[in-house]
Amino acid sequence: MSESLKIAVKNLDVFYGKKQALFDVNLNIFANEVTSLIGPSGCGKSTLIKCFNRMNDLVEICKYNGQVLIDGENINDASTDPVSLRTRVGMVFQKPNPFPKSVYENIAYGPKLHGMYKNKDDLDEIVVSSLQKAGLFNEVKDRLFEPGTGLSGGQQQRLCIARALAVNPEIILMDEPCSALDPIATAKIEELIEELKEKYTIVIVTHSMQQAARVSNRTAYMHMGELVETGLTKNIFSNPEHAKTQDYITGRIG
Amino acid sequence: MTIEFLILTILGLTAYSFFLSKRKASALNAINPLDVHSQPHYHGLFSAILTIAPAIILLFLWSWLENSIFKTNLESYFSDVVDPYKVSFYVSGVKSFVAGASDTLMNHSNFSSAVEYYETSTKMSLALKSIVIVIITLITFRYSLNLVTAKFKARDLVEDIVIRTMKYASIFAIFITLGIVLSLLFETLRFFESVAVTEFLFGTHWSPQMSIREGQVGSSGSFGAVPVFTGTLLISLIAMLVAGPIGLFSAIYLSQYASNRVRSYAKPIIEILAGIPTVVYGFFAVITVGPFFRDLGIFFNIDGFSSESALIAGSVLGIMIIPFIASLTDDSLSAVPRSLKEGSLAMGATLSETTTRVIIPASFHGIVGSFLLAFSRAIGETMIVVMAAGFAANLTANPFNAVTTVTVQIVGLLTGDQEFDSAKTMSAFALAFVLFFLTLILNIISLSIVKKFREQYE
Repeated sequence: MSESLKIAVKNLDVFYGKKQALFDVNLNIFANEVTSLIGPSGCGKSTLIKCFNRMNDLVEICKYNGQVLIDGENINDASTDPVSLRTRVGMVFQKPNPFPKSVYENIAYGPKLHGMYKNKDDLDEIVVSSLQKAGLFNEVKDRLFEPGTGLSGGQQQRLCIARALAVNPEIILMDEPCSALDPIATAKIEELIEELKEKYTIVIVTHSMQQAARVSNRTAYMHMGELVETGLTKNIFSNPEHAKTQDYITGRIG
Repeated sequence: MTIEFLILTILGLTAYSFFLSKRKASALNAINPLDVHSQPHYHGLFSAILTIAPAIILLFLWSWLENSIFKTNLESYFSDVVDPYKVSFYVSGVKSFVAGASDTLMNHSNFSSAVEYYETSTKMSLALKSIVIVIITLITFRYSLNLVTAKFKARDLVEDIVIRTMKYASIFAIFITLGIVLSLLFETLRFFESVAVTEFLFGTHWSPQMSIREGQVGSSGSFGAVPVFTGTLLISLIAMLVAGPIGLFSAIYLSQYASNRVRSYAKPIIEILAGIPTVVYGFFAVITVGPFFRDLGIFFNIDGFSSESALIAGSVLGIMIIPFIASLTDDSLSAVPRSLKEGSLAMGATLSETTTRVIIPASFHGIVGSFLLAFSRAIGETMIVVMAAGFAANLTANPFNAVTTVTVQIVGLLTGDQEFDSAKTMSAFALAFVLFFLTLILNIISLSIVKKFREQYE
């Protein structure tokens, strides 16, 4: 596996008002790999993942210092345009959040927004190929013009993944994408993650250690806003360096 | 003993009953809380209700009975008078004399004996009433205290009484609504006995003045209501043109862009607009907006600009309904789940793209509903248009001309002394009925739209 650095987090501190949520986080994320962030609730893993597409900007009281470099460019820089950043870094949320529009319009949302197509046929092709990449096309090909909110929970989540893929991002962030889904739908999403890492860099926050072990190449363990340990998933799970990591993955805390 | 003293006694006994029963139940509770069915305050409440209810019912029944008995007996004193109006005139004379409201002895041979009868019998009745009611209250008071035992299900009984009370309150409200609609309907039907429905609905000339003497000018009166309704529509449309954009934009700003701090100050301030009495808006229209538009008209050389124009009334009416649109639209925009907003922003949409492409479409029902509710408010509003629009029923679409509205005409027709048998007066009811019907339909449509919107996210 070629190890090319995609995201580099350097000395990142994040504050919500007076409360510090992340303490001096340093982390490397490599291209075409799945990196999972694990840790007990409130440890800052969702906060960290939102730093990669500046979604924390929406929280008025959120302040950060330190660097987040994507392909060597510091996205925390004032000159970075969050709009173009977010087309490069797609995001899938905890709860499926399709727009109350048709399946087709959900996928076409991003391309229309950014003018990424030449004509109607072009757009149709983007929609179909995004749905195919998300493994959803065969299930919804007869319902393209029905509301996306009418799909099942697992289908909705794959619709959201397809929506993110439609603008051709480099990185896909997934914030506990399976926590609202049943085991079968979860298995489908995990298969999909396996396929997607060929083309994309994926960062996934998860509460399920089994999931982290199944899908990810690398795992980072966080605790109380600090990054405790990071490394290849197989090493973290078989032979963690820190006692805290050991306690968490064996179920003693969390 | 006066009636006030009697009522105070009943209330005092009721309060005492509440505390005694509550205390007794608390004592029971202290011994073995697991055996006691109801909490002490339920026992207290039930005892209080049991104490006061018979007294109140008896008081009403007694007063009603004594009134009708006194009336028949008093009338018998004046049985030689033929005219029934004259009899009731004497009867009320006796009553007000006894009450001390007047000191004229009326000119009838039996008047003083009637006064004497009424004075003694009311005193008797009051004394008897007080004694009976106090005794009954004491009995129920004692009985209710006896009821407080561990097994007594006071909680269930109080719950039952509360539910019944609320049920009767809603039934009452529904019957009042029905009553209003029916009274309007009957008067309207009487009006249509003298004026044809088609003339009223499609006639274009409105001049309801009828002559008192023969041969006066305009003796017949003309009841074509079209100019009145077009005037209402014109003013309401102008109001919506003012309130629609301002309300919508401020709602979007407040719900999507403003910081929590700004929002917490700005929203109540906008809602204050809804609390200003409409008479004050009327002043504002006449004193400030009217002269301003008139000067503007002179400046731009617009002909026929009167100081009472549809534009003035409509724009002030629009200011009045801004808070309805702003507040309801803000509610429906804020009800769109945050996850949708985040989903769109994470796709690289700006906040305004997110608002126009996701949030407004998702809350479209709510926005339409708020516009329709505001529109029906505008149609039914009276005071502002009475002060700012005028009475001239012109059939025009020119906002600089004076027009009149349904509500203004109703005020005009029913102010002052009116005979309730002339077509002129009755036409007010027909106007009111059509107005009611219109706003009812608007309300039904908008409420069902708002409801649909709520279901989407629940």
